[in-house]
Amino acid sequence: MTADFYYGIEVVLNGLMAGVLYALVALGFVLIFKASGIFNYAQGVMALFSALTLVGIMNGQIPFAHLINSIFGTHIHHFGWHVPAVLAILLTAGVMVLLAWCVQRFIFRHLVNQEPIILFMATIGLAYFMEGFGDLMWNSEIKKLDVGIPQGGSFWIEDMTSGLGGDAFYGFFIDQLDIVAAIVAIILVIILVAFSQYTKQGRAMRAVADDHQAALSVGISLNFIWVLVWSLAGFVALVAGIMWGAKSGVQFSLSLIALKALPVLMLGGFTSIPGAIVGGLIVGVGEKLFEFLIGAPFLGGATENWFAYMLALVFLVFRPQGLFGEKIIERV
Amino acid sequence: MLDAAPVEETLLEVNNIEVIYNHVILVLKGVSLTVPKGGITALLGGNGAGKTTTLKAISQLLHSERGEVTKGSIAYRGNSVAGLNPADLVKRGVIQVMEGRHCFEHLTIEENLLTGSYTRRDRGQIAADLDKVYKYFPRLKERRKSQAGYTSGGEQQMCAIGRALMSKPETILLDEPSMGLAPQLVEEIFGIVKDLNEKEGVSFLLAEQNTNVALRFAHYGYILESGRVVMDGPAADLRENPDVKEFYLGMSEEGRKSYRDVRSYRRRKRWLS
Repeated sequence: MTADFYYGIEVVLNGLMAGVLYALVALGFVLIFKASGIFNYAQGVMALFSALTLVGIMNGQIPFAHLINSIFGTHIHHFGWHVPAVLAILLTAGVMVLLAWCVQRFIFRHLVNQEPIILFMATIGLAYFMEGFGDLMWNSEIKKLDVGIPQGGSFWIEDMTSGLGGDAFYGFFIDQLDIVAAIVAIILVIILVAFSQYTKQGRAMRAVADDHQAALSVGISLNFIWVLVWSLAGFVALVAGIMWGAKSGVQFSLSLIALKALPVLMLGGFTSIPGAIVGGLIVGVGEKLFEFLIGAPFLGGATENWFAYMLALVFLVFRPQGLFGEKIIERV
Repeated sequence: MLDAAPVEETLLEVNNIEVIYNHVILVLKGVSLTVPKGGITALLGGNGAGKTTTLKAISQLLHSERGEVTKGSIAYRGNSVAGLNPADLVKRGVIQVMEGRHCFEHLTIEENLLTGSYTRRDRGQIAADLDKVYKYFPRLKERRKSQAGYTSGGEQQMCAIGRALMSKPETILLDEPSMGLAPQLVEEIFGIVKDLNEKEGVSFLLAEQNTNVALRFAHYGYILESGRVVMDGPAADLRENPDVKEFYLGMSEEGRKSYRDVRSYRRRKRWLS
């Protein structure tokens, strides 16, 4: 019993860490959805794109090298320098802001007042465009991302906890990267909440989320706010991209994690920043624990693939606005 | 209060504008009006007469609703407003309070008021102006920490007007402030509008269906009917005008009439205008 019990705790801890990463992606969705009512299918691809860009800049890769080579018959590929991680992250953040501006200027500015489904389709188009564009710009091979985050098990936790559950238990195994990811996510959320609650632009952002027309009438520029929101979402995508990229390499499957963010959002509510976090944690812990307790012993395993979606389905039936979804204020 | 405001400089001049929605629906068919500095100008008429459209054409909120001014011109202080966006107009001192309040539901009353100061650069003055708004609307001060969505209709209307005041406006385009409010509250709100007009020198262009109240507080009135101005004059004159009395104030010299008579009157009046 005891060893199993402690294994259970380890499963929960690992679930929490995985949940943090889900939450990071979900956070980007919430930001854009709240302020503009756009469900941004491209959020996952934005994480991929930002990770690609970060690796490219760090390694001194020449953007569009393949394209240039095939047109001019040259053989260039790298500048031959390496950019330090911090500087590269800043540059990538700049690229994400530029991307936000382009998205607003060339796509959504022309789609003001359109149906939500049309905006959604536009983001699907954007997702596939960015995927191809990212490949064209930085090549499509799998890349290793190392921004200096420590990796591997944290031995002090293992040492401290080994023997807790008898001789067969060697202590909790928690990846250091996951711990860093959790800390970064917490800091990011605190910054985002403080920004939206206590600054003028944050207030304007919430005002736009509530009522576009009224925001316009007091002189808030919707275009500016939307660029701001897409920039923030790009920034969150960058953080998520760094964490996932460091964990499992920068590759196409990175954009698929966005899909896991969907059940997270249904749990947490599409309009709540804390909801995205809690939803992410519940999905992370839930799927690991379900696999450990029921999936592996009774159902033949691999339940992690679908557990989150089933959970979301249950939520949709019984609490459609999610755990923390904005209450629809109705006056009687 | 009943006298026409002394003739002063013209702030806003709307000259024969036509507005089309969605490229096909003609809503305004030549509306002209002027708003003098320091006056309360009323824009009267029934549902669908074009009052809201006129206000939105001025404040440039029309674009976001797929409407556009296709003929005529609108000038504020002599400068055309064509091609400006709503934020430019707010900076020039023209702000619209939309029909149906449109408070930011999930923001507190105080946050709502502060969004009104979004375009301002003089940060130091904002706190003082907030106090001033609370002086005019003491009820808002009591509810300052409540989410606007949970306040009453009257409080929301006050919040919407207070929010506009926070932009330090010269002219407020006030759309249907009486909508859905109890008569007592309507009086209270119009009383505050009058105060703001007299003490703070804010000019108002007021769209109202409640002709009775509007004509008591306004200096000058325009009556719109299906996209045209059919009558205008000092508020005191309009109140005495027999047609206005009959069609908009519900009074007539011969007592109640049958519906048939009313219908024929309406037809005659349309013909005349």
